[in-house]
Amino acid sequence: MKLSKIAMATAGASMLATSAFAAGHEMQGRDGHVGIIYWQAASILNPYLSGGTKDIEAASLVIEPLARYDQDGNMVPWLVDEIPTVENGGVAEDLTSITWKLSEGLVWSDGTPVTSADVVFTANYCMDPEGGCQQLAKFGDVTSVEALDDLTIKITFGVPKPFPYGPFVGGQTPILQAAQFEGCSGAAAPSCTDQNFGPIGTGPFVVTEFRANDTISMEANPNYRDPSKPAFATLTFKGGGDATAAARTVLETGEFDYAWNLQIAPEVLDEMESAGKGTIVSGFGTLVERIMINLTDPNPDLGDERSTVAHPHPFLSDIAVRQALSMAIDRELLTEIGYGQAGRPTCNVLPAPAIYASTANDACLVQDIAGANALLDEAGWLPGADGIREKDGVRLSILYQTSTNAVRQDFQALIKQWWSEIGVETELKNIDAGVFFGGDQSSPDTFQKLFADVEMYANNFDGTDPEAYMGNWKCSEIPSPENAWLGGNMPRYCSEAYDGLLAEMAGTADIDERARLAKAMNDMLMQEYVIIPLVDRGRVSAHANTLEGVVLNTWDSELWNVADWSRAD
Amino acid sequence: MLNYTIRRLIFAIPTLLFISFIIFIILDMAPNDPTGNLPLTIPPEVRQKIRESLGLDAPMYIRYLLWCNQFFINEPLNMLHQWFGWCIGDCEGRLRVESWITRSPVVDSIVERMPQTLWVVGMSYVVSILVAVPIGVISAYKQYSWFDQAGTLVSMIGFAVPTFFTGLVLQIVFSTMIPSDHWAWLPSKYNTLHEVTDWQSFVYQMRQMAMPVTVLALYNMAQLSRFMRASMLDNLSQDYVRTARAKGLRERTVVLVHVLRNSLIPVVTVIALGVPTIFGGAIITEQIFGVNGLGALLIIGIQGADIPLVQTLTFIFAVLIVLFNLIADILYGLLDPRIRYE
Repeated sequence: MKLSKIAMATAGASMLATSAFAAGHEMQGRDGHVGIIYWQAASILNPYLSGGTKDIEAASLVIEPLARYDQDGNMVPWLVDEIPTVENGGVAEDLTSITWKLSEGLVWSDGTPVTSADVVFTANYCMDPEGGCQQLAKFGDVTSVEALDDLTIKITFGVPKPFPYGPFVGGQTPILQAAQFEGCSGAAAPSCTDQNFGPIGTGPFVVTEFRANDTISMEANPNYRDPSKPAFATLTFKGGGDATAAARTVLETGEFDYAWNLQIAPEVLDEMESAGKGTIVSGFGTLVERIMINLTDPNPDLGDERSTVAHPHPFLSDIAVRQALSMAIDRELLTEIGYGQAGRPTCNVLPAPAIYASTANDACLVQDIAGANALLDEAGWLPGADGIREKDGVRLSILYQTSTNAVRQDFQALIKQWWSEIGVETELKNIDAGVFFGGDQSSPDTFQKLFADVEMYANNFDGTDPEAYMGNWKCSEIPSPENAWLGGNMPRYCSEAYDGLLAEMAGTADIDERARLAKAMNDMLMQEYVIIPLVDRGRVSAHANTLEGVVLNTWDSELWNVADWSRAD
Repeated sequence: MLNYTIRRLIFAIPTLLFISFIIFIILDMAPNDPTGNLPLTIPPEVRQKIRESLGLDAPMYIRYLLWCNQFFINEPLNMLHQWFGWCIGDCEGRLRVESWITRSPVVDSIVERMPQTLWVVGMSYVVSILVAVPIGVISAYKQYSWFDQAGTLVSMIGFAVPTFFTGLVLQIVFSTMIPSDHWAWLPSKYNTLHEVTDWQSFVYQMRQMAMPVTVLALYNMAQLSRFMRASMLDNLSQDYVRTARAKGLRERTVVLVHVLRNSLIPVVTVIALGVPTIFGGAIITEQIFGVNGLGALLIIGIQGADIPLVQTLTFIFAVLIVLFNLIADILYGLLDPRIRYE
């Protein structure tokens, strides 16, 4: 009697427990704690005051844009119900305005409703000339942002914008709460420390403690739009250290669940993965490691006219030399040594998204030293006494510069070797990244000045539309003393046909037509050999095997779908 | 002695002002750019605007005077306001020294990071003193014994092996090779948010401090134990030691009272001079274990060309060094009656 009572009570209790568990499975915060490690610590949670990827991604846990890019580079509605297009009337026929409509019933984490006023405020916040907004380029050509009603926002552009998805699409331009950031506009922007460290957002998490350049702790947003998400009740975002140590905490010691951007030697990473605690994930975007050829003469004797279009380069202005330099490179080997899973050889400066990727230049994937030698012979560059080719007293002697970085120095050494096999002499130089990429006017070593014959670095573009990126190589973008060495046209390339294609693209809204133009421009640059692409560099991150739902995204914040992450049982 | 101290303190003021100016000039001349580490997708025009918003377009001396005003006047006033609630002038809108990376007051970051630096680096200093003094004493007393040889070996290792190597070795042994449910497992990353509230959390704090403290203590200990040994050897052969023994004092008293006290005089000053390095943090060790203290802050500041942050931190270090030099001199005078500053 007594026993059976106990048995029944136990059975009842276990049934209760099961039903509670079933209900709990739908609840927010059911999976406890998740730890994320970024070896570069977050400094601030306001992307408008920091261009750093780490800061933008940390902020993406809290504040969100109107639309995001998914892992394939497609736009997905985030705080809206649909993406405005010309077809659905959201984008004006003349391409000068776009109208977004917020989803109904959205609330901030403090419970107040999200309205179009917040979006308008955010735009004005960034476009304030005093504020030093770092995402200003996203708001290029915007003349006004106005609220048509509580949920509708109209963004007007000064010129027709065939791709009007700059503002509020992607992690760089999330919506700030007007009520919180009121009084933080313009010159006051940096002084709003509390706001910049703990923005109120619509995202799955809210900040509980922010320690700049160290650790952020967060908890689930109780007002998140999907009550069953996020699965984690608390989150730690730890920063600092180096990529190897971060990888170890996920793959070997299991102290953290997700480690970001693990740029370390491929064999080291594989070794760590074999410990069996975590998985490496990689994805490819548009980041291309490339060599930029200087078409102008960097000779120091030219003084102020050094590396300007006034003086063509003594030998790199010959296309045969440029082509030979490209042919001599073994891109497969470079990729294997430098990036492993995180890279793939490429022959295009515009390698993705798929519709923009050209296949016309793939011949470069195979190294051809003999072909390169033949090409140079034919062009009249003949080996001199020391084996270095020369013509009319001009020796093929190259100064090759890049930033200080172990992989880049490996690349330099390999390429120097290959170039010596075709009779080209190479002198190597590396410059601290802060100086090389810094815009210090007084330094002769910036990548814009290009006081060298060739230089190597990586670059990419935000989002998925390549128009602005391809615009880097128009004539007016050539850096020179007149424009304070600003501009992205490092090769100093200038072609009327190229500028014509760009102008045509600026007036074209049809996506297939835009793709055709972008490919044509890419092919032009590639077949002129003014840019030598080497490796399409992907993003490599790692997550614990117990963490589910990670979808690596190179088009937006890596933490874009953190609301869907959960713990495997 | 008091006169001497006051005189030294007054002399310190122009010295420090001069140091601050030199630091500022060096930082200004360094070819670095706060927008240099931003992604290349941010166009140059926007970079120029960012630089202007940071005040970088003003001439050098204006920026220096601005920093002086912020650091020497506004920051102390703000401290008074925060600690005692005394409000002098415009309390809310006062311009403080602000970091360019975080856009927040530098002094607040320093205060926030002080605890972990003091816990880890300070504790390692204490541990190294506690270990180094006995080793030095015994090594000297039993010179060329096996203990002395072993002590020499350990110090040589401590000197010669860099902290980034010992740190990594410890991590591989205690965090990777030992499974995380084993009692001997130690966390490889320091949790700066951890609060000590009960016995269990205290134990966790000890565990997470164990590795960084060991690494740093080994390094400091190597140096100190050599000092201690040398100083003991100098004194052991002195006449007063023979006299003490001749008087029939016990060997213990001779060594631990007479010799040790005299030998500690130079060692104490070495210890005092080393204190500022605690605040400087142990840059590499902090980085390896994710302690994120003052050392890590300085590195982030230098990498990001965050001039206000680097300027303020280096200046605070300069103040500490000047201050502890003075303290070492005074201690020397107090401990050694032969020395008088008048």
